[in-house]
Amino acid sequence: MNQDKTGLDRRSFLKASLMSGGGLMLTVSWLSSFKSADKSEMLNLPEQWATLNGYIHIMPDNKVKLICPNPEFGQNVMTSLPMMLAEELDVDWKNVTVEMGPHDPAKLGAQFTGGSNSVRMYWKPLREAGAAARQMLREAAAQTWNVPVGEVTTKAGILSHSSGKSAKYGDMASKAASIPVPKDLKLKAPKDFTIIRNSKKNVEIKKITSGKPLFGLDYSVDGMLIAMIQHPPAFGMKLKSFDAAETLKMPGIKDVFTQKLYADDLEQGGFDTRTFNDLLVIVGNSTWEVMNARKKLVANWEPAGDLKDKIGGRGGVKEVTIPGALESTTTQLQQMQEYAAKPAQELRRDGDPESAFKNAAQVIERTYNGPFLAHNTMEPMNFFAHVTADKALLVGPLQAPGWTEPMLSKLLNLPPDKIEIQMTRMGGGFGRRAYGHYLYEAALISKKMKAPVKLMYTREDDMTYGIYRPMYTATYRAALDANKNLIAFHVKGGGIPEHPIHANRFPAGAVDNYLAEGWQIASNITIGAFRAPRSNFNAAAEQSFLDEVAEAAGKDPIAFRLELLKRAKEKPVGKNNEYDADRYAGVLELVRDKSNWNKPGNEKYKRGVAAYFCHNSYAAHVVDMVTRDGQPYVERVFSAMDCGIVINPDAATNMVQGAVVDGIGNALYGQLTHKDGAAQQSNFHNYRMIRMNEAPKSVEVHFVQNDLDPTGLGEPPFPPVFGAVANALYKMKGKRYYNQPFKDETEKVI
Amino acid sequence: MAKITLNINKKDYPLEADPQMPLLWAIRDLAGLKGTKYGCGVAQCGACVVHLDGEAVRSCVTKVIRAAGKKVVTIEGLSETNSHPVQKAWQEIDVPQCGYCHSGQIMSAAVLLREKPNPTDQDIDDAMAGNICRCGTYLRIREAIHTAADLQKKTGTKG
Ligand code: FES
Ligand code: FES
Repeated sequence: MNQDKTGLDRRSFLKASLMSGGGLMLTVSWLSSFKSADKSEMLNLPEQWATLNGYIHIMPDNKVKLICPNPEFGQNVMTSLPMMLAEELDVDWKNVTVEMGPHDPAKLGAQFTGGSNSVRMYWKPLREAGAAARQMLREAAAQTWNVPVGEVTTKAGILSHSSGKSAKYGDMASKAASIPVPKDLKLKAPKDFTIIRNSKKNVEIKKITSGKPLFGLDYSVDGMLIAMIQHPPAFGMKLKSFDAAETLKMPGIKDVFTQKLYADDLEQGGFDTRTFNDLLVIVGNSTWEVMNARKKLVANWEPAGDLKDKIGGRGGVKEVTIPGALESTTTQLQQMQEYAAKPAQELRRDGDPESAFKNAAQVIERTYNGPFLAHNTMEPMNFFAHVTADKALLVGPLQAPGWTEPMLSKLLNLPPDKIEIQMTRMGGGFGRRAYGHYLYEAALISKKMKAPVKLMYTREDDMTYGIYRPMYTATYRAALDANKNLIAFHVKGGGIPEHPIHANRFPAGAVDNYLAEGWQIASNITIGAFRAPRSNFNAAAEQSFLDEVAEAAGKDPIAFRLELLKRAKEKPVGKNNEYDADRYAGVLELVRDKSNWNKPGNEKYKRGVAAYFCHNSYAAHVVDMVTRDGQPYVERVFSAMDCGIVINPDAATNMVQGAVVDGIGNALYGQLTHKDGAAQQSNFHNYRMIRMNEAPKSVEVHFVQNDLDPTGLGEPPFPPVFGAVANALYKMKGKRYYNQPFKDETEKVI
Repeated sequence: MAKITLNINKKDYPLEADPQMPLLWAIRDLAGLKGTKYGCGVAQCGACVVHLDGEAVRSCVTKVIRAAGKKVVTIEGLSETNSHPVQKAWQEIDVPQCGYCHSGQIMSAAVLLREKPNPTDQDIDDAMAGNICRCGTYLRIREAIHTAADLQKKTGTKG
């Protein structure tokens, strides 16, 4: 990869050049805005990922084209990023078109969709790019008209001078390209925004409603073969032998073969996680033929035993052992209980928590569990590959092309400049498509077949061989003094195979005596990022626990949190507190007011509240639950968000509503269990997803109005939904829900 | 293998297909129309909904032979100009997030609106519960169906 290894604070630069057909092309470093407030959000990210570049084209016909560097998976980045550009450029939104860029790290940077970072990362550089282009266009007009540049004004893509002269941007674009890029740029004050903060429709809406082939699975070329992988029936197994005689007799079948993904000893990047290394591949002419023939395949499997992987990354190369056991959820739970009782790694300590607990008038201790979760993107994993002797073309749904290219280059033995990766619109991502193993698999299959190939996972493949949300547990303890003040807080969390703890988040900073600890258990079940990693468990456990502590303290749950936040603001405990106590309190106050919390008129509802901070934004929800057909039903939700300036309010509202619905669904139903290494859920008949009839009647979304730089929205509203649902369930059922999923708690394994 | 002619969106597609092949794969792989989506293959998610002689069917579990001699309408053929009341309402309410489920959502909604021009929320819940959206756009789907009902009344267009 040709990425600069620069520091995060490097000043942005702009470079102008002439496009072949005339017009101005502006190359921008997207870097300048990206001062990371929170390194921990970037867990496992390669060092150089923050260096990003993009293209702006001003066409002679006055159209502005932005090459969107970041792949679209429903976060609406193809609309919100160009809005930032158009704002400063001062063009008519009608004239802005957007194209998804190919993977081109030298020009477009890391191109990473995830971590709720797209808007935050591009905020300043895109506006700078727009402002610089506008300035150069004004300069070009000033020179042409022989007037001082200060007298040239712009309005919606038109340059004018008081003398009556006027020109379209497109007329001046070629000349502008030869003007030196201005060094000092003045960006608009938020009060002057005309595009930002004004809702714009999804730029691809019409393509979606008419069924245009936007997605990876839709991509097709002549002569393309279809490939599927027959995975082992369980984690911890590997292929022993196979008999493909019957399969090969089936119509349309080209080949059945085994393919090793990573050679022994190959150093992997942090996002090269794959479910299995020895692949049994079936290739044929069409999807149905391959699906059908696959049923005739006879494969024998055997325990794989312990495996060793070499994982590279920030901390150097680590050798990790992947245990060979065939794991079951029941044994995993026992194992977690054993580990929970052992000493763990200390992650943060303030004051003297041991003494505080000893001297407490009351100690509350509760343990929470969360299962593995499958991403269940509606479009299953797939990728197109066409690998020839000297080059490779890959097309499909992928969140982080920059993280896959190095491995691809190694596997294909091709330099990066011979590898072209194109990102399609993704039918959902939620973190799953940050792991490019399915692209590597497609590439190796195409290389072997010497043909263009589409690798496709069926829903069953996708669900049973996923890169899941880890299985988590955490025990929380709170100490109250005789006056019911919270004097100590202790969380000890663990997981398979990673712990969920964010040690420096609320209520850290608000309690004198605080201890956070973590432990983890290695596993062969593959895990990765899932919409708001770790937070999606913590916000359920911690926010549910705080509800219980507030009750024990005899306080209203919102008032209780606000008191703690006041403390965190006025006299913060310890260092490295990640959140801004004021903004955290702000969303709680907003949701309290908008939901008429504790006010008459809501007697019909059992209400639960929760708030959380993650990915640099703040979210709070009040969930209003009723009983419908004997079942708890979330009928109404109030949400308050603080993500700074809201670029595209209607799309942002959509995102929050979606996160709320997704959160309710996962909190109530989401779980993936294992028996002897085999996933027990394989499709939507036994992995329950929230459906239309279970979605709330209303999700009222409110944004804190401020002029702070925008932060992410794809993840932050999701985690606290779990806690709010748990707290509403308590009000309804009179008992606390400690184990996800909350539905049918008595029957389920976890 | 059998010779089957499918009429999709008013056009005849003479195909060579295994009669047991799901209609979904005939539409996607043989006719090359990619708007109809695969989500589960087992009639659980609704991503593959098409109209077969006007009825909403899950093409992933409908054998291609069943469609022979009938009229298949996919999202590409719902209207010629992306202007069916449901499509227009979807555009107006800006319903989708990732968008993958929405071919199926729109096709299901179009049949609902033909059968129940003034659907209640309950009607919508009943008719649309078979269409999963992981992105959680259900509230907007509901809103858009009501909007489409209004549009349908105004324009007299039926699905
Ligand atoms: S693909 Fe047919 S219902 Fe899911
Ligand atoms: S919009 Fe993504 S699945 Fe429905």
